[in-house]
Amino acid sequence: MDIIDEKPEKTILLLGNEAITRGALEAGIDVATAYPGTPSSEIADAFSAIAKYLKKKGEKPSFYFEYSINEKVALEVAAAASFSGLRALTCMKHVGLNVASDAFMTYLYVGCRGGHIIITADDPYCHSSQNEQDNRYFALFGSAPMLEPTTPQEAKEMARLGFEISEELHSPILLRTTTRLNHARGAVNLKKLKKSRGKGHFEKSPMLVTTPAVARARHPELLKMMERAEKISEKSPFNEIVAIGKTSKIGIVTSGVSFNYVKEAVEDLRVDAKILKLGMTNPLPRKMCGKLIKACEQIIIVEELEPFLENQFKAMAYDMESSVKIFGKSTGHFSRLYEYNPDIVTDALSKILKVKNPISKPIDYKIKLPSRPPTLCPGCPHRATYFAVKKVAPKETIYPTDIGCYTLGKAPPLEMADLLLCMGSNAGTACGLAVSTDQKIISFMGDSTFFHSGIPPIIDAVHHKRDVVITVLDNRTTAMTGHQPHPGTDFDGMGNPAKKILVEEVVKGCGVEHIEVTNPSDIKGTAEAFKRALDFKGPAVVVSKAPCILLENRAKRKAGKKIPTYTIDQEKCKQCNICIGKFGCPAFYYGENGTVHIDEQQCNGCGDCVQICPFDAISEKEEK
Amino acid sequence: MSSKTSIVLTGVGGHGVITAANILGKATVNADVNVYVSEVHGMAQRGGSVICTVRMGDVSSPLVASGTADAIISTEPIEALRYIRYASKNTKVITDVNPVIPFTVAVGGEEYPNLEEVFKEINSRAKLYKIDALKIAEDSGAIITKNIVMLGALAAVDVLPFKSDILFETILDNVPTKYGKINEKAFKGGIDAIKSI
Ligand code: SF4
Ligand code: SF4
Repeated sequence: MDIIDEKPEKTILLLGNEAITRGALEAGIDVATAYPGTPSSEIADAFSAIAKYLKKKGEKPSFYFEYSINEKVALEVAAAASFSGLRALTCMKHVGLNVASDAFMTYLYVGCRGGHIIITADDPYCHSSQNEQDNRYFALFGSAPMLEPTTPQEAKEMARLGFEISEELHSPILLRTTTRLNHARGAVNLKKLKKSRGKGHFEKSPMLVTTPAVARARHPELLKMMERAEKISEKSPFNEIVAIGKTSKIGIVTSGVSFNYVKEAVEDLRVDAKILKLGMTNPLPRKMCGKLIKACEQIIIVEELEPFLENQFKAMAYDMESSVKIFGKSTGHFSRLYEYNPDIVTDALSKILKVKNPISKPIDYKIKLPSRPPTLCPGCPHRATYFAVKKVAPKETIYPTDIGCYTLGKAPPLEMADLLLCMGSNAGTACGLAVSTDQKIISFMGDSTFFHSGIPPIIDAVHHKRDVVITVLDNRTTAMTGHQPHPGTDFDGMGNPAKKILVEEVVKGCGVEHIEVTNPSDIKGTAEAFKRALDFKGPAVVVSKAPCILLENRAKRKAGKKIPTYTIDQEKCKQCNICIGKFGCPAFYYGENGTVHIDEQQCNGCGDCVQICPFDAISEKEEK
Repeated sequence: MSSKTSIVLTGVGGHGVITAANILGKATVNADVNVYVSEVHGMAQRGGSVICTVRMGDVSSPLVASGTADAIISTEPIEALRYIRYASKNTKVITDVNPVIPFTVAVGGEEYPNLEEVFKEINSRAKLYKIDALKIAEDSGAIITKNIVMLGALAAVDVLPFKSDILFETILDNVPTKYGKINEKAFKGGIDAIKSI
């Protein structure tokens, strides 16, 4: 296993996320926690894979790792490890920090003992997210020191050295990444792995109990910590001037992945510039920035999303009474939207610096191509549940949905997603819709989402007797983010046996009086279950249970069992269009003259379509 | 040869595009050349259109600027055209000829274009190499080696800054030993397919 290679000074190719895990191991990490979320998941998955790998070899991992129930609990578990003197790491996607923010904001007041790195993986362009919020503002908001890596190599070094910064400041620090760092692979130079500390010891202190009096005493300490952090920032090797060409009065300020585009753009444009590459972006090294402001006539700020650096540079220039011209978002040269790339950065720099852009404008292709958005996998059990619901639900029914693969049920022909805000919002919005409308409501969430934040709104529905049907699509995994375990699985992130918690039992404990447990591969039975749930006055919960087909087929392959494929008898098929037009498994396609076929390459062999064909035309293919 | 090499790998989620990009990246490290790879994970992997980029040599950005790719390899023909903005006249575009019809055609009323026209348009903007990667993979013993066929084809068009043996060895290092033979056939099949054009 490459990532735990013991040979120092070796260079290996690592994903940005794996590099962070490696850095933590080189710092002797003790406790790592996470709730999976793209683009952060592989940091946690790497810990999990290492733990399982070592277990197989009969060795004990030096760290403890868990997939926590949600980001807030993940942060609390790791914070407690830090209070006990251990080195801790917590990773989550950007919106995860919203969930953890209650703990985060006050944790900064209290400060930490063992070094603690909190990773927020932002997702500009919303590749796999419901928004593209810029979490650098959390660092300003809560007064957290922050590091932003540019390459996997730097990510590893920041994870390694971040623990020292955290311990020196007695403060947790943020390591803020973006998708293009998390999911970029680069050469990483290894250092020695460090032994972890083992068990810690919790020292009691009245300052750890944040009563109002303690909070008032801690707040000035927090501000003083940030002053010390600024001194570290001034001297940090992560903040540096990269001079390109001759001495120049052009300054470019950038951080994170934007630096990569800036560097190549400056080289391609053949201009001379001083690039201030900021790796520690909170607090900013004000002296270092001031020097640049003094030395330059124009400063260009290149950063994705919000004008985080730009506004601070403007404030610094104002305080210095400098006449430097600052270009960026406010001058209209850069956007606050989406991701940057080499084209965008080169184009903007060429306009500001008035030099010719060597990159030619891309010409669009003339042929219209069909779109290829992500879709529920062939054989996904969610499709069968949705199909069953549609058979019994009245036309006006509203379908609040949630975060997970099932969001993909939004696409035609299913169109089973009407409202989505965040993790767990399906049930909360279902309650609100029941208050506000006379429409029927059937909401959907996955099992991992249920445990994450789906339970409180169910209790709310019970307490207020809301007439809603809340569905838990229980496929025994966190599918979208890469099939991580959760409290409903009988093993944990370390590969150890774990207590499996049943959704239906939790729901019963919440006081739900009408509970249906159904297997969606029995489409008729599932439709009947939903019918009964709809007829029930008051909150009903349907647990639709069937494993994610990808997991099921993986297990089958491992056991040497064959995965069947299905085929359509062209004699029997009446081209009624139900399988494509209503069910919509992507393995179906139209052949010549409107004939319908199943693409064997895509079919995952779930067999669900056999039940939906009114003419019995679909059956398992003989051999293969 | 310039000191920067940019390869774009595209296709459909599930075709092993990410694995191919990863292997190509590892081979570049093995060849002692600097490398930076960009991948897509998460939602995009559920059967959607996938793009990865591999940049080698004197590069700082993992992403490719328009018109600067040395090669585009695609496991599906229209996905090659979808990312054609990365190509210039000198770019070598290698694509599998077998369409994978997106569900938006069956249920969304969108249309899958005429393949000959797709190839014509690619050829008018870059140097096109068509191969039947699916068939080569099938003949090698497993259709999942289609991505390895594509890597073989890439090795044969003379854009990589290292010898194809290094790529081949890296492939063998990264697949289970029992599948070595199948992957060898697939890789060689890809090379031969280009040579016979
Ligand atoms: S058996 Fe039918 S529904 Fe299931 S994956 Fe194959 S074609 Fe799709
Ligand atoms: S990964 Fe599993 S849950 Fe997600 S769409 Fe595919 S089959 Fe469904």
